[in-house]
Amino acid sequence: MEKFTSHTGTALPLRRSNVDTDQIIPAVYLKRITRSGFEDGLFAAWRGDPEFVLNQPDYAEVSILVAGPDFGTGSSREHAVWALTDYGFKVVLSSRFGDIFRSNSGKAGLLAAVVEQSAIEQLWSIVESDPSTEVTVDLADSVALAGRFSARIQIDDYTRWRLLEGLDDIDITLGHEADITSYETLRPSFKPMTQPSPQHRSGTGDSPIANALAQPG
Amino acid sequence: MPYPTLRTLVEKVWHEHVVRQAAQGEPDLLYVDLHLVHEVTSPQAFEGLRLGGRPVRRPDLTLATEDHNIPTIDIDEPIADPVSRAQVDALRANCAEFGVRLHSLGDVDQGIVHVVGPQLGLTQPGMTVVCGDSHTSTHGAFGALAFGIGTSEVEHVLATQTLPQTRPKTMAVTVNGQLPPDVTAKDLVLTLIAQETTGGGQGYVVEYRGAAIESLSMEGRMTICNMSIEWGAKAGLIAPDDTTFAYLQGRPHAPTGADWDAAIDYWRTLVTDVDATFDREVSIDATTVKPFVTWGTNPGQGVALGGKVPDPGDFNTDDERAAAGRALRYMGLTAGTPMRDIAVDTVFVGSCTNGRIEDLRAAADIMRGHKVAGSVRMLVVPGSARVRLQAEDEGLDIIFKDAGAEWRGAGCSMCLGMNPDQLAPGQRSASTSNRNFEGRQGKGGRTHLVSPLVAAATAVAGHLAAPADLPARV
Ligand code: SF4
Repeated sequence: MEKFTSHTGTALPLRRSNVDTDQIIPAVYLKRITRSGFEDGLFAAWRGDPEFVLNQPDYAEVSILVAGPDFGTGSSREHAVWALTDYGFKVVLSSRFGDIFRSNSGKAGLLAAVVEQSAIEQLWSIVESDPSTEVTVDLADSVALAGRFSARIQIDDYTRWRLLEGLDDIDITLGHEADITSYETLRPSFKPMTQPSPQHRSGTGDSPIANALAQPG
Repeated sequence: MPYPTLRTLVEKVWHEHVVRQAAQGEPDLLYVDLHLVHEVTSPQAFEGLRLGGRPVRRPDLTLATEDHNIPTIDIDEPIADPVSRAQVDALRANCAEFGVRLHSLGDVDQGIVHVVGPQLGLTQPGMTVVCGDSHTSTHGAFGALAFGIGTSEVEHVLATQTLPQTRPKTMAVTVNGQLPPDVTAKDLVLTLIAQETTGGGQGYVVEYRGAAIESLSMEGRMTICNMSIEWGAKAGLIAPDDTTFAYLQGRPHAPTGADWDAAIDYWRTLVTDVDATFDREVSIDATTVKPFVTWGTNPGQGVALGGKVPDPGDFNTDDERAAAGRALRYMGLTAGTPMRDIAVDTVFVGSCTNGRIEDLRAAADIMRGHKVAGSVRMLVVPGSARVRLQAEDEGLDIIFKDAGAEWRGAGCSMCLGMNPDQLAPGQRSASTSNRNFEGRQGKGGRTHLVSPLVAAATAVAGHLAAPADLPARV
C-alpha cells in the first residue's frame, strides 16, 4: 500500500444520505474474478441518468468524494471500496460511515474520514459553484482545505498510522516475519504438507483416471 | 490477557498456534497449518498477491480443489456457464502461477474441499485449518481449530500463513446417552440448532462431547461440526480419540513410523482438562432425539418428522412469529400439516454435510429393492471423486440407478445451485445439505433439510418419511 500523507484533487458533491454498499456496487457486478476493474459497477444504478452528478463533464476527474451521512452501510462486500478506488477515488468524506465499509477502506488504502455535516455542506456549495476547486485532504495535519475553507477530519489512530506509514494488514504481519519464521522452525515434523504430494496430479487430462471419471452413468 | 492454566481443547490448540501474542485489545497472530482454497472466494486474493508482488508463503501448506461451480455430468466437456468457467479457469491459472497444488475436475482427488482434506489425511488433530468457506468448521471433527474466512483474509493467509484473530469464547455441548437406531448425527445437530436457534452459538467455539459424540464415526462427527456455523458458532470441534486415529492411519498424508508415534503422543493430550471451565455449557439427551426435518427457511426452523408444521402464533416473540409466518408463505406450507404429508419432487443426497461414503451407504441400504417414487427426481452426488469410486466399487451406484436415481460426479452441486443442478421455482426438495435459505438451491426452490436415511425413505415414499415407514421391499 502507498503511503498516504496528503491528497489534492477535485471533489464530487454527492448530496445523498444512506448510500449503502448495494448502491455503491450492485451484486451483479461482484462476479468478476479480478481485483481490479470494479469501477464499471460504481453507482451503477445511477450511471444511466445524465443528471447524476458523476456523469457531468465538470466532475470527470474527481478523486475526493464528499458524501452525505451514513455512507457505506449494508452488506460487507469488499467490492464497494474496490469500486471507488478503481474509479480513482482516494478520499471519501462523510459525517458518518458504515462500520465495515470504513474498516474495509483502511485495508484498501482509501481514506474514509469523518467530517462534521456542516463542513460537508460548505464543501458541497464550494465545489458546486466551482467544480475545478482544488481540495486538499491532509492526513498528517488532520485537515481538509479548499481555498479559505478548512475543516478537521477524524479517523481512528490505528488506521491513521497504517495509512501514513502505507501499511496494509499484510505488511503489518510481514513486519513480524521473524516471529513467523521462528515459529515455523519449531513446528513438529509430523505436521502434514500438501507438497510434494504422494499422489499429486495437477490440472486435467494428465490423469489416467480422468477418463474413467468423465462419464458418470 | 493471560492464558488459563487449566485449558479447554480449543484453548490448547489456540495456544499452540500463537506466533505473536497481542497487546491488550489487539488480536493474536495465529499460525495456519492448512489453507484450503476453492474457485469462488480465491480469485481476488490471488490478484491481490499479484498486485502487491507477493508470493504464496507456504504453497506446501495450501491445497486447492474445484467444487462449487463445476458440473456433475459431462465433466469432460467445457463448463457451459461463462461465469463458472471463468472462475474455474482463474483458479487453474492462479494455482499454476503460484505453485499451489490443485485437484481439478477429472482428477481422482477432486471433490468438495471439506471432503477432500480429511480423506487425504491432511486434516489432523490439533491443527489450524482455514478456507474461504463457512463450512470449514467440518474439519473440527478431528480436534482441529477450523473456521471460514473472507477474501482479504484468504490473501492474508496466502501471503503470511498467519491470521490476526481475537480469542473466542468457549462453549461445551454435551450429548449424553446414545442415539436410538435410525437416528443420525444429522438429526442430532438439527435438533440442537432448533433448541439453541440459529444465533445461539454466536461468538463461541463449541466443543461437542459426551457419550453420543464419542460413539459417532468420523463421518458423523464431521456432519455435526459442519453445521456449527448454522447456529452461529465460529467453529466446532471434538476431542480426538481412537476413532480419529483409526480413520487417519494409512491415509496419504498421515504421519508414518516414528512421526506417527510422536503425533499420537501429542494428539492424546488434546482433551479439555478435567477442571477447565467453559464460558457456556449446554446439554442434550441423545436418547430423546428423533428423526428431524426442517419446515422453514433457516436450519433452526425444524421439528421431529413425526410432528406438524408449527403455527406461527405459537412462537414466543413478535420476531419469531413474523419469521415463521414468512417462512411458511415461502415454503407453501399450512400450519398443522403433519410433516409426513409433505410431498417432495426432488431428493438431493450429497454436500459436505452428508456426501461421504458412509452417507451413501446408509442411503443405498434403504434404497435397495425399492424404487424412487414416480413423482420424485433423486440426485445422488458424492462428496469427492474418491467417494464416488469407492461407492462404485461397493456397487452402491447400481442400487441407486436401479432404484431410478441419478448418479453424478463429485461437487457441491444442488447444495447451493451454482452449477446447473438447481430447483425450479416452487419445487420442493428433501436435501441432506446444510442450508434451507430462500433460493439456496435455486430461485424460488423450497428445501427441507434431512438426514441421508430420511432422504432415501422420502425418495421412495414421495413424501417426507423415515425408513420404518416404507413397505416391505419388492
Ligand atoms: S457442499 Fe455446500 S456447504 Fe459444502 S462447501 Fe459446497 S456449497 Fe458449501
